[in-house]
Amino acid sequence: MYYVLKRLAFYLLAAFVAITVNFFIPRLTPGDPASTIVATYSTSMNEESLQALKAAYGLTDEPLLQQYVHYLGNILKGDFGRSLSQFPAPVLSVISAGIGWSALLGLTAVLLSFVIGSALGALAAWRRGGFFDRVAPPVLLFLGSFPYFFLALLLFYLFCFKLGWFPMGNAYSSVNPPPFTLSGIGDVVFHLLMPAFTIVLVSLGPWTLNMRNAMIGVLSEDYLTLAEAKGLKPHRVLFDHAVRTALLPNITALGAAIGGVLSGQLLTEIVFTYPGLGYALMRAVSAVDYPLMQALFLVITLAVLAANFLVDTVYVFLDPRVRSGREA
Amino acid sequence: MALVDTFGARARRQLLGSVPVTVGLVILGALIAVCALAYWIAPYNPTRAVGGINEPPSLAHLFGTTGQGQDVLSQFLYGGQNTLWVAFTIAVLTTLIALVVALTSAYFRGWADDTLTLVTNVFLVIPGLPLVVVLAAFLPPGSFTIIIVLTLTGWAFGARLFRSQALTLREREFIAAAEDVGESRWRIVAIELLPNMGSVVAAYFVNQVIFAITAQASLEFLGLGNGGQVTWGTMLFWAQNTSALIRGAWWTFVVPGMAIALTAFSLALINNAVDELGNPRLRADRLLRRAGIRKSSASLMTPVKRND
Repeated sequence: MYYVLKRLAFYLLAAFVAITVNFFIPRLTPGDPASTIVATYSTSMNEESLQALKAAYGLTDEPLLQQYVHYLGNILKGDFGRSLSQFPAPVLSVISAGIGWSALLGLTAVLLSFVIGSALGALAAWRRGGFFDRVAPPVLLFLGSFPYFFLALLLFYLFCFKLGWFPMGNAYSSVNPPPFTLSGIGDVVFHLLMPAFTIVLVSLGPWTLNMRNAMIGVLSEDYLTLAEAKGLKPHRVLFDHAVRTALLPNITALGAAIGGVLSGQLLTEIVFTYPGLGYALMRAVSAVDYPLMQALFLVITLAVLAANFLVDTVYVFLDPRVRSGREA
Repeated sequence: MALVDTFGARARRQLLGSVPVTVGLVILGALIAVCALAYWIAPYNPTRAVGGINEPPSLAHLFGTTGQGQDVLSQFLYGGQNTLWVAFTIAVLTTLIALVVALTSAYFRGWADDTLTLVTNVFLVIPGLPLVVVLAAFLPPGSFTIIIVLTLTGWAFGARLFRSQALTLREREFIAAAEDVGESRWRIVAIELLPNMGSVVAAYFVNQVIFAITAQASLEFLGLGNGGQVTWGTMLFWAQNTSALIRGAWWTFVVPGMAIALTAFSLALINNAVDELGNPRLRADRLLRRAGIRKSSASLMTPVKRND
């Protein structure tokens, strides 16, 4: 329990830092972007919203400290400001539309990479020096060397544009999200396949290599020699003795990866025009919608922190070493 | 002394002896060389329109031309210069910051260590890419912004890595011995700790170059770089902006993409060997084979190497 409280305090501190950074970014950057924004919007907005915009960027007579307190109060009330490009929509409504899609895409990709990567790594270590073990690491290394968006664009071009096997972006075919029926789910999965596949392709490398190296370490332990000497069937030695132990580092990594899922698969979502948080952030950037941009950063960060805290808490139940107070 | 043992002649022999490392070094060396010589070997001015729009590769334009009629080969050479120096600068800066933070932690211990660890962990848990995008959107576009933004967000993992390495080393007997002899703390950090972290620091540095190259390209691809400057990332940005793939002008897209991939791949090859230096079990296979032992069971003993 003490451990959980300590983690909670840490994440609250991190959230406070993120909120503070967010407050100071527009106020401390050179070239005074705030005045530029206000000048851009001064003709297209009514007096009231212009005033709100000025307040959001510190173009008021209030002293800095007072502005900061005011800002903190707004955040606590859940008021993240209004979007400029989709005025007068509050940024939170823009964001809540994207968060589910980001989570769906991210979780699918992370879980698939974890399962496939660990299996490949275990296989490579088990048949060590075999064909797969010699071919897989360099190939995965090479695939991992491409900038992610480059591979994604090539695959998008090939499978979605040229061959037309998969849809050209978006998360569903209809205008509104499909109903929760078999065909609706099928449609969502169909749109999910290509984006998820590209992420799995480039992130497979570390999962595989970590698993392989952990397996190699475990395979040289005495208890495995004993298991073999006892005459256990090879697949039992592999699954019950070797894989179970070797999987631990990858499970730790899985926790971290799940925690980061909500940060939005920025580049994937842009290449496949997938309507998640990353895509929303990029649209805000190209529309020079600073309030939306900042709110997205803040919400993404807070979501990631909350997810991390959840994962940490679950860990307490999984790993007895953490429960007894030692760091895992 | 410790330096000679862990990272000296033996290490060098091993590094240069393996095929992947040689391949990696040759690719990286060739890329750096041609980009460094861009001024003399580039056939055209990289920013000027010197041919038709989207001309496929020909003798006049070996890598074809872009959607604005620029020569792709010249862009590749000059762009490489910009991309590589920015990437190496970021790698040097982040490695230095990480080292300073980690060694300060290990040196002062106590509350200074606690504070620095806390700061590091906060930086680690705040998602990097969204922060980078927001920062880059507020700052004036260009190489300088990219260096600042990626350095600010990129050092934390290294600090944690180096700190844990330093803490492990601190438990070792030779550190205790040095303390008993009455060596000053700074001396212990500089003479005993630092040299023994050589392989970890080297591996981290190489990884940071890879991170910086891809992160830089991603930012520029998103339009957060300076579109007027020629880099591999802005080449991709313009290729995407002129719908190069859909118009069939794959060369404007594949050339910078392959350039980035080859650089990262060669660095990764080098890095794997640096990794093996620090992990004898990964090295076991080669040693066993050299000793003429064919592996007959799945489990594996760690061979003890004769020190010659």
